[in-house]
Amino acid sequence: MTLTPLPYRVVDRREETRDTATLTLAPSGEPLAPFAPGQFAMVYAFGVGEIPVSVSRILDSGRLVHTVRAVGAVSRALHGLGPGAHVAVRGPFGRGWDTTAARGRDVLVVAGGIGLAPLRPLLDTVLAEPEAYGRLNVLAGARSPDDLLYGDEIPSWRRPFAQATVDRPSAGWKGRVGIVTGLIGEARFRPPDTTAFVCGPEVMIRATARTLMHQGVDAARIQVSLERNMRCATGHCGHCQLGPLLLCRDGPVVGYDRAESLLTVREL
Amino acid sequence: MTSPAESRPRDGGIEAVLDRSGLAALVTALQHRGRTVIGPTVRDGAIVLDELDSATALPYGWGVELEAGTYRLVRRDDGAAFSHSAGPQSWKSFLHPERVRQWSADRGPGGGLTVREERPQAVSYAFLGVRPCDLRAIRILDLVMAGGRYPDPAYLSRRTGAFLIAVECTEPGATCFCVSMGTGPAADAGYDLALTEVVDDDGHRFLCRSGTEEGADVLAELPRRAADDATRTAAVLGVRAAADRMGRSMPPVDLRTLMRDTLEAERWDDVTARCLSCGNCTMVCPTCFCTTTEDVTDLTGDHAERWRRWDSCYDLDFSLLHGGPVRSSPRSRYRQWLTHKLGTWHDQFDSSGCVGCGRCIVWCPTGIDLTEEAHALHREASGSQDAP
Amino acid sequence: MTTSAERPCGARLLAALPADERELLVSLARTVALPAGTRVFEEGEEADRFWILCSGTVALDIHIPGRGSAVVETIGADGLLGWSWLCPPRQWHLGAETREPVLAWEFDAAAVRALCAERPALGLALVTLVAETIGERLRATRTRLLDLYGPSADGPAP
Repeated sequence: MTLTPLPYRVVDRREETRDTATLTLAPSGEPLAPFAPGQFAMVYAFGVGEIPVSVSRILDSGRLVHTVRAVGAVSRALHGLGPGAHVAVRGPFGRGWDTTAARGRDVLVVAGGIGLAPLRPLLDTVLAEPEAYGRLNVLAGARSPDDLLYGDEIPSWRRPFAQATVDRPSAGWKGRVGIVTGLIGEARFRPPDTTAFVCGPEVMIRATARTLMHQGVDAARIQVSLERNMRCATGHCGHCQLGPLLLCRDGPVVGYDRAESLLTVREL
Repeated sequence: MTSPAESRPRDGGIEAVLDRSGLAALVTALQHRGRTVIGPTVRDGAIVLDELDSATALPYGWGVELEAGTYRLVRRDDGAAFSHSAGPQSWKSFLHPERVRQWSADRGPGGGLTVREERPQAVSYAFLGVRPCDLRAIRILDLVMAGGRYPDPAYLSRRTGAFLIAVECTEPGATCFCVSMGTGPAADAGYDLALTEVVDDDGHRFLCRSGTEEGADVLAELPRRAADDATRTAAVLGVRAAADRMGRSMPPVDLRTLMRDTLEAERWDDVTARCLSCGNCTMVCPTCFCTTTEDVTDLTGDHAERWRRWDSCYDLDFSLLHGGPVRSSPRSRYRQWLTHKLGTWHDQFDSSGCVGCGRCIVWCPTGIDLTEEAHALHREASGSQDAP
Repeated sequence: MTTSAERPCGARLLAALPADERELLVSLARTVALPAGTRVFEEGEEADRFWILCSGTVALDIHIPGRGSAVVETIGADGLLGWSWLCPPRQWHLGAETREPVLAWEFDAAAVRALCAERPALGLALVTLVAETIGERLRATRTRLLDLYGPSADGPAP
């Protein structure tokens, strides 16, 4: 359904960090059409409002998995829901990650903060068929060790390189300290034969893309997931414009060859 | 079925001449077909669009004087009904109304939700007096609201089957520039009937041609006479003369490229000094389609509704991301509006978003004129000092 | 381009140097193996050496009374460890400790400075690549100052 949401109920809630939780939703009736990695749903908290949330895992059961960070009224309401609670969801919306374009090539996944959530279904896709891709590198940045998403899954992505790095280490943190671009030098990929998937704060996306291009990764092979205000998700409300793009329709995943000139114009 | 009173016009429809009683019969015939007839009428010192009970409500003998930031009704001696150009409203008000309920949801005792899709009541509209620029505006709204992957049901329920009676322009306003945008003053396609008003020594009449079968059927029901060469010639000359009397023009360049290449021009600072970010231009624009959503609940807290209402890219909250608005400066918001309208609209919907109706110029409280801004951007980009 | 998996130590870092200059520089290096937990240098000590890491990780830290040792950044394979040797006062500003076993090239700073004085072209190239590293770390630090992942308490969100 595209305009009218379908009822779902929360069947599982997993606390990821202090402000982030992963909800598993089961359809109360008819399910939505299947989602692809990088696509998003509009999730409605009864009486509060609706926000775009990407799928953070894709299940065959028709259930939806969303990782929600409590930053605003709606996301706080959703974050606070436990099993048995009811929501309404519409989707799938948007262009997701183009994994076909990465087949036979090295894969570099660079995530910042909650940006790892929309990338996890992509990682699942690559790891379900590792022989179809070259080397997989996963670089994840977070504010602190406590803010790191899916920390227990990161080791399983090491084919051959998966590292998390944090801005603010806590006592006892044995991992990396610094921004995520600092890990690029250690990753094992052949720049001309690499497809990169990047999601995180826009400043981090720009810095990552710049570093990758400097190393010889073609801008068109750097896929970035962008964020703007979204209200309708069906291309009718105009809110998610980024220059020529309607991000709900032409994104959220966009090649950096298209995105670069748009991200460098202030307040576009 | 063609009777002797019809002849074939150039595009294959039928053609006839109506007098004022013929026009009145047209309104009645459409009402008999169950249609709500909307057309221009005088109210509150302006020519507005409203439901017409009869053709007597048309603004016979009224014209308008337009300038940047100025709109004034003026009396005309000739009694013409369509010698006025765009008023404060457009057909968007009917096809894409200001507020629409999209769905409602109820929470049951166990907390379970029932969501009911809004089933829009089909309206059977007839729009009388659609100017060629506005005819194009409707086509553009069709592309935006119904041309993509998710056709909008609220729009479709109003647009599907709407009967469009275009009226070619013979009296352009001082703020008109449809010739620059390739949208007028002649009506080329997309209408059921097209009228051209002629007032001369031979009387007050309307050359009427059909563009669809339904248009031809309606025309065949009306008191009419065969189209004669004198009326045809007067109609063609009237429209041709209007093309030569456009009040405004765009620079003769590819506007899409101009917008793309001038994002950092100094001219944006100049226009921002005059722009109040009031959003009037977006409200009166016949193609501005942006909306936002409102989620409301009743006092019980168990009934919620989703409403969609017009929004404006001049609103600070329009581009809100967590942390704040992306377009916080008025400069960026005016730039967004103009570059979208003239430039990136092409990327998004394969068309310009501007039809040259001039409403945004007229209804801007500070008289900002987008044609002047486009000329200034062109001058700045080409480094020339050519007069517009 | 070779891959990280097979590329020799310092390949990316030293790629900008002309081949013969690179060989001259590398001839001054000695390979060192440092077990995990080795204190490589301490704040305030004379900065008389630097390292290019071949494998392993080194944490840069600073001692804060009451908070112990705060790690400000980690340096991984192919990274340059130490630049305080280049300019006065040639003292370490931070401490460094290996987090895991480290294999590295160790350079004697005085010998490298002498070589640079002898061969100004090499000197300029080396200073440029050290400046590039310092620039990267400055940019990284500025980015971290933005606290991009932090709670957006300063504005509303949907």
